[in-house]
Amino acid sequence: MSAVLADMPKTGTSKTVVPASTKAIAPSKGGRPWTFYVLATLFAAYVIALYGPMFCIYILSFQDIRGGLVFPMKGQSLHWFVDLFTQVRTGDVKGSFDRSIKLAVIVTIITVVVSFLAGLGFRKRFRGDTFVFYVMIGSLVAPGLVLGLGTGLLFQALGLNASWYTSALGAQLSWTLPFGVLVMFAVMSRFNHAWEEAAYDLGASRWQSIRLVMIPVLAPGLVAVALFGFTLSYDEFARSLQTAGSLNTLPLEIWSMTLNVTSPSLYALGTVTTIVSFIVIGASLGTIVLIQKKRGSQAKG
Amino acid sequence: MQPSPSPTSSSSRSNLAGWLYVSPLVLVLVPFFVAPILVVLAASFFATDGFGGLTPGFTLASYVEVLHSALTLKLYLATIKFTVLTWIFTLIIGFFVAYFLVFHVRNQLLAIGLFLLCTVPFWTSNIIRMISWIPLLGKEGLINQALLAMGVIHQPLEVLLFSDLAVVIAYVHQLTIFMIVPIFNSMARIDKKLIEAAIDAGASRFDIMRLIVVPMSKSGIALGTIFVVSIVMGDFFVVKVMSGGGSASVVSAFYEDVGVLQYPTAAASAVLLTLVLVAIVSLILRTVDIRQEITQ
Repeated sequence: MSAVLADMPKTGTSKTVVPASTKAIAPSKGGRPWTFYVLATLFAAYVIALYGPMFCIYILSFQDIRGGLVFPMKGQSLHWFVDLFTQVRTGDVKGSFDRSIKLAVIVTIITVVVSFLAGLGFRKRFRGDTFVFYVMIGSLVAPGLVLGLGTGLLFQALGLNASWYTSALGAQLSWTLPFGVLVMFAVMSRFNHAWEEAAYDLGASRWQSIRLVMIPVLAPGLVAVALFGFTLSYDEFARSLQTAGSLNTLPLEIWSMTLNVTSPSLYALGTVTTIVSFIVIGASLGTIVLIQKKRGSQAKG
Repeated sequence: MQPSPSPTSSSSRSNLAGWLYVSPLVLVLVPFFVAPILVVLAASFFATDGFGGLTPGFTLASYVEVLHSALTLKLYLATIKFTVLTWIFTLIIGFFVAYFLVFHVRNQLLAIGLFLLCTVPFWTSNIIRMISWIPLLGKEGLINQALLAMGVIHQPLEVLLFSDLAVVIAYVHQLTIFMIVPIFNSMARIDKKLIEAAIDAGASRFDIMRLIVVPMSKSGIALGTIFVVSIVMGDFFVVKVMSGGGSASVVSAFYEDVGVLQYPTAAASAVLLTLVLVAIVSLILRTVDIRQEITQ
């Protein structure tokens, strides 16, 4: 450090001639450095690689009856969507779709409530908090298939029947809850404790301060946790495989389709599940924006 | 900073409150994480009749079998190969995408928009995203068609789909987001003044990267690494589908074992894999306090 300071007078004169912005890696104004163009190209390539393949299958799912798995596109129709929901050989798509949505809704509700409470608990240190935290991280990183098998064997040993609303529900929660709590940490770290203390000073009970102060303030974050809960459950595969019992969830149905269906029905299913995902993402982001807007207008008014 | 309603609350009372708040979490994790892991651990010591029946007992036969088989070494080498390749590619792409968004996009709103653009596919089905490579990489896929049309090749390339290459492509496609988000998060916290100061002091672009940006995004890199490594090492689905059955990983072998009801050897192999994973994750956790990282 002192060497740098000692150097300053000598180099200082020449340095002041060159404005810092031309050498900055991210100048706030003026010309862009060459790295900008390299990285912008990389970013564009990444986004194209991210979305390109998905758009291919959406397009290919709208072929007519002659359609195959690769380009070129053969005709245009909704044939494969009808095929998907009416044909027996593609499996029980409608039933599994139904189950997956119901399961995802249950998982979402439990994830939001439990993550919120755990988030409240982890704000203060208590004896054993690190232990609980690391058990949670363990649940996140453990191989899903292994956990699923363990859960399946456990149910077998206890004489319980594995089904999507008992064992698969629990197995999915062991995956969505750690995610939910981690998101909750990030959300709560921005919560200003002064508001809560103000509520106590004004005579609020603990429950009132949670209901009237914390939940409204943290609402956008809770919507984000819900989005995590829903989509992680809706797509969950490895943990459900050994725990869903005799009735499949949608990802399990897709898995069995990848093994024996070689028609664009598979792509049609991909298009349908993606539309559902986009509706959920859109609704969640829309809710967050709406809450923020309402706050903005209230603050002004 | 203790927003407690009663100023006299002792430490035992705050312990009780803490446990009350996390009790629902514990009530889920005990039966659906702790107990299943213990069941798998127990099953690894049991004997089997070869038809799925388990005889309670204590034998290390399954471990001996797993550790002595040449296949185990092959499976671990294959899994480690996939993990290392995926880690390198997701790290490079993830780091530079995050770097671009944080340091090169001047408009804050645009940066958030582009960030969301990267995260949207994360919320859609992984299985579908994997299948979506078929029309591109297949023998009659777009890439082969394009290369044939350009005259670069005269025979369709068969290594594109159902190969180790396809497995790595599918992993990188699915998992780069797990690097982008934590690295973006740590980079966004770097004070821009620090970099301005470094420039004023005559630091080169490379110096800034080496001495400021990389060290300060170390925790994000560590967090992303935990996600990517644990997902790749625990995966069997991508390996099975994208390699066309040509490659296997530790967990896909586990899946085959379960399919033929070889529970004890499957369990022993699962326990070994879990130990390897725990070792890797705790090594990474030594370099970063993940809880502090998230709550700050």
